Amino acid sequence: MKPAKFEYHAPGSVDEAIALLGRYEGDAKVLAGGQSLVPLLNFRLSRPAALIDLNRIPSLAYIRADDGVVRFGAMTRQRTIEFSDVVRQRLPLLSEATRLVGHLPIRTRGTIGGSIAHADPSAEYPAILAALDGEVVVKGPKGERTVKARELFQTYLTTSLESDEVLTEVRLPAIDAGAGTAFEEFSRRHGDFAIIGIAAVIAGDGASCSMARLATAGAGPIPVRLRAAEEILERDGLGDAPIAAAAARAAELVDPDSDIHASSAYRKHLTGVLTERAVRRAMAKRGR
Amino acid sequence: MPEPVSISLTVNGIAREGRCEPRKLLVDFIREDLELTGTHVGCEHGICGACTVIVNGEAARSCLMLAVQAEGAEILTIEGLAKDGKFHPLQEAFRQHHGLQCGFCTPGMLLTALDFLRVNPHPTELEIREGIAAVLCRCTGYQGIVKAVDAAAKELGRTTG
Repeated sequence: MKPAKFEYHAPGSVDEAIALLGRYEGDAKVLAGGQSLVPLLNFRLSRPAALIDLNRIPSLAYIRADDGVVRFGAMTRQRTIEFSDVVRQRLPLLSEATRLVGHLPIRTRGTIGGSIAHADPSAEYPAILAALDGEVVVKGPKGERTVKARELFQTYLTTSLESDEVLTEVRLPAIDAGAGTAFEEFSRRHGDFAIIGIAAVIAGDGASCSMARLATAGAGPIPVRLRAAEEILERDGLGDAPIAAAAARAAELVDPDSDIHASSAYRKHLTGVLTERAVRRAMAKRGR
Repeated sequence: MPEPVSISLTVNGIAREGRCEPRKLLVDFIREDLELTGTHVGCEHGICGACTVIVNGEAARSCLMLAVQAEGAEILTIEGLAKDGKFHPLQEAFRQHHGLQCGFCTPGMLLTALDFLRVNPHPTELEIREGIAAVLCRCTGYQGIVKAVDAAAKELGRTTG
């Protein structure tokens, strides 16, 4: 199908974009990379009165690392992130996960800000924002504010952003050089959305675990940070028994819905299996 | 009612202009307004990859871009891949290794492979399979396509050092 009629605006600044969003009083959509929104327009599942295209605001595309935080302009393309040396060194988890986002021609257009603002719970970037306890910067008519991952995602495709606010920046804490990371994902075909994905960061020497970070994609209406499973590893270490216990706890922490792709029970099972795999692979990558 | 918008862009090295509604997809603009029907339109939601073209040097789905977003862009479509009547090594390899079959996905396969080999000039077979996973072949005969991309990689490596 083809999109229904809409008015199109390509502002040259964020302030102009905010003013336009205000003018349409919630009936305009922000167009970032378009890799999720344009399919919705084509199917006419979304019929906004107007599109506010951010692609003509070059100041929204950057990667800056300082003070232990990597900051991404909202319009930074997934492809740029995939090939970024800064990201490879400071956020290897994000590098790995980016290669699971659609395919290369999708990543050419798709953006980090768009993926997070779209808030598809099966997507990789929201899970990473949750795992690393990152935050986003949003700008509206009343100025700028930062929103933590846990306050951002509300339910399927829904964030706490107001209709006249624009997500301008994504901030992820850099991962300690000695820590190991892994993103495990199960999908039907390469490039499909995850049925379940697990982001893992593990730090500590040998069998000791000084820090564990675990979060899910696809296991419910929002990404789930698996704090109680992390605590098992941080308390009991990285032996076979605590890893098995953490995986079992991870499966208990999620309450996924059933849909055409997988049942709730299968998703819970996968959450446990992939948690164990992600923890073991992240462990093996420590100190490299 | 949204006003039609004017669009100026470069397609296969030639300056082109057109006028359309903002909701017109880039693939439809290329096919209907510019009359370059080599770009095929399949699923219209970014899954099948048949409509893949090169936008400012990188492969992108032309069904997931609006024509108006291509204002000022440089686009390469399948019509621009052969030079001076001579096939690109990828086209030659697809012909030799039976990579076309029904031909519907071929324009998307070729332009996806072009971009893929640019970022990964010496791929393994697994990497080729991952790379062309971006495009669906409904004949389901991927073997010839994989062989063709592999052969083209070797030929391009030989000719460009």
